[in-house]
Amino acid sequence: MTPVLASVIDDFSGGIDFIFNQRESVSGQTQVGGHEMIHLTLNHLALSAAAVVVAAAIAVPLGLYLGHYGKGEFAAINASNVGRSIPTLVLLAVFIAYLGVGFIPIMISLALLALPPILTNTFVGTRQVEGDSVDAARGMGMTEAGIMRSVELPLAIAIIFAGVRVATVNVIATATIAPLGSVDSLGTPIISENVYGADGRLGAAIAVTVLTLAISGGLAVLQRAVTPRGLKLGRGEPRQRNRVFPSLRRRAQTTP
Amino acid sequence: MKMNTKILSVLAALMLTLGVAACGSDNKSSSSGGGGGGGGGGSAKQIKKVSGAASKGTITVGSKNFPEQFILGNIYADALTAAGFKVKKSLDLGSEVLAYKALKQGEIDGYPEYTGTALTAFFQVPVLKVPKDPNAAYAELKKKAAADKITALPKTPFENTYRLAITKATAKKLGNPKMNSDLKGKTSDLTIAGFPECKQRVDCLIGVEKTYGLKFKKFISSQQQYDTLDNGSADVLFGFTTDGELTTGKYVLLDDDKGLWPPYQVSFLMRDDALKKIGPEGQKVIEAVQKPLTVKVMGELNSRVVLDKQDPKKVAADYLKEAGFTK
Amino acid sequence: MSALLFAQIQFQSRKGNTCVAENGLCPDWITHNFDRYVGPFWQHVFLTVTSVAIGFVIAFLLALLAHRKRWLIPPLSATSQILYGIPSIALFLLLLPLTGRGNVTALIALVSYTLIFIFVNVSTGLDGVPPDAVDAARGMGLSERQLLWRVEVPLALPEILAGLRIAATTTVGLAALAFFAGAGGLGQEIYADIGFKSNVVVAGGLAVLLAVILDLLILGVQRLLTPWRRATS
Repeated sequence: MTPVLASVIDDFSGGIDFIFNQRESVSGQTQVGGHEMIHLTLNHLALSAAAVVVAAAIAVPLGLYLGHYGKGEFAAINASNVGRSIPTLVLLAVFIAYLGVGFIPIMISLALLALPPILTNTFVGTRQVEGDSVDAARGMGMTEAGIMRSVELPLAIAIIFAGVRVATVNVIATATIAPLGSVDSLGTPIISENVYGADGRLGAAIAVTVLTLAISGGLAVLQRAVTPRGLKLGRGEPRQRNRVFPSLRRRAQTTP
Repeated sequence: MKMNTKILSVLAALMLTLGVAACGSDNKSSSSGGGGGGGGGGSAKQIKKVSGAASKGTITVGSKNFPEQFILGNIYADALTAAGFKVKKSLDLGSEVLAYKALKQGEIDGYPEYTGTALTAFFQVPVLKVPKDPNAAYAELKKKAAADKITALPKTPFENTYRLAITKATAKKLGNPKMNSDLKGKTSDLTIAGFPECKQRVDCLIGVEKTYGLKFKKFISSQQQYDTLDNGSADVLFGFTTDGELTTGKYVLLDDDKGLWPPYQVSFLMRDDALKKIGPEGQKVIEAVQKPLTVKVMGELNSRVVLDKQDPKKVAADYLKEAGFTK
Repeated sequence: MSALLFAQIQFQSRKGNTCVAENGLCPDWITHNFDRYVGPFWQHVFLTVTSVAIGFVIAFLLALLAHRKRWLIPPLSATSQILYGIPSIALFLLLLPLTGRGNVTALIALVSYTLIFIFVNVSTGLDGVPPDAVDAARGMGLSERQLLWRVEVPLALPEILAGLRIAATTTVGLAALAFFAGAGGLGQEIYADIGFKSNVVVAGGLAVLLAVILDLLILGVQRLLTPWRRATS
């Protein structure tokens, strides 16, 4: 038992050491780890941010529009379910096979991954805005676009944000396999393990875990901040709220 | 929504085939022969059962994670199976570091490794210090591995080493270079491509730039290497001598005239205790099945996987059949 | 000697622009190579079904426990949420030093991802049972255990099965990365030749198909077990 434990501790301390201290690569002459992890982390975040921004730029207006006019309920609600049935690896692989490697195809595939939760949540959030508020705004002479922008969007923002949070966490986790499409991320030491070594692979796994949990936690705190008091239903998985009894919606869990 | 029904029907068809294939795979081992046409000459080489092989316990054969390794792993594993040993395959171990670790820790009993790779990656021999003579390199590996209680079995005829590759058209444009030195002074506006790790390896981009004094305009990393030459996104490529794509005759390889690269023949590495299990008879089987593996044959087998997209398992089985080791 | 030795290896000419060489979607290739996906497909089924089953047992029991001891809900749901938040590839790799390559590592990770969906949905489902129904049952003299199994669980079934559906489809996707733990599956086939369209479409298609089939299967079970809901859903 002890030698097993010793080797486990050895593996993990090697991985952690890789994160903080630069070392020579397995194949020699170049320096990997340590400082390089910052570069990989920034790349990872830039790729993820681009994907989420693109997804939100499409999904939020679309969700607002569909929600406002009450159109496409089936599609908007089921987008998340359909999205979940397509494994992320498959999504990425299809883009690599059909569009080739590089930043754009990978970013688009990650954006597609981020789209469904944002769309579903925006739609649900918009639908939940009280009819009275909308009528009042209309009575004041607001245009439909104005209502969407100034009434529905602010009132739905907490739920939209919950969707953005789920999407972001998914994208950051999935960006780990971006190196399959020749885009550097924290997954690079995992995929190019013959340069970075076993320590690099484990170190990157640790780094990705910490990064994802930190961002997930940070967004959860932020989500509380943007949630109006008395409306804390910003739980991240819209699908659970909407799948069964609509009456359960309001009781959906708050984010821990 | 009508798109959906279309997709569903295709998937349903797939599912149907899946069921059929599942039933069909049972009798795979007994059929699908016939192609060889060398029935008479084959019998002398045919692998014979080693007596008592089945009682030696399971031999786990590993490999790294690219086509040539999958083929080799399957060839060695199938050969041992044909000799009557109980064999398990673990053919997706990742890089050499992981494969070697798995070997040392007993997770696998043996796997094919390249002499140059083993010396540089496991025994910290600097790339330029590896003996240029293949026999000397193998001898050094054998000696060093012994300290880890690992036996490096005799090497293969073929060598899978780096070479710079260009298309025939590019060769013409550059005045038909024959070796790396011929590129001197001509590379400032050439883009070079390689697998992602290449730019960081002494035996790849770094080494070529230093040894030959070549400076390329740009390095691009790509998994689909020869495509980059075909579609013009790169002019020069870090290729390997056994690359399947070379069988198309569309490319020219340049000689390593300054001897940058170490020898890269394959040696099947086995832990000493595992080697004892299969005994000299089992070792003979391993040495025998690799004898026909010249650069040309290995290139052909690779191209069956890389270009014809055949299953490495099938390619290995076909090889053993075609070479007369199995029926 | 050597000429004779190699005479039997058949060197193929590769001049023509075949579908495979052009990286198309090749029906011929697919029919000829389909059997290589059979093993990985069943391995994928094994990984998914086993982990969802184990995850269901664990999360269901925990949810029942938390139903009685309410203070357990926050720590349990927080834990399952954090587990779910760990990127799957990372978790596979983090487990490797502890449990080695293979099914065990893959299953531990996959099970841990199913917990959140099942736990949350079972809890929500049990909480959603109308108080009237519970009161009526108590009035009829049902014991706590009878109340749970005859009233609360049946009424929570739609929610529970909905959680199971989410867990199943999600697990199919996560199992596509189980090859990082050395457990094979369809993801391995995709990874082996990620640029080849026919390969990606067949292996990826099978994974999607598996997700859809499992989803529909559980939906079917739900329809069978809760006929009273058919009209409303």
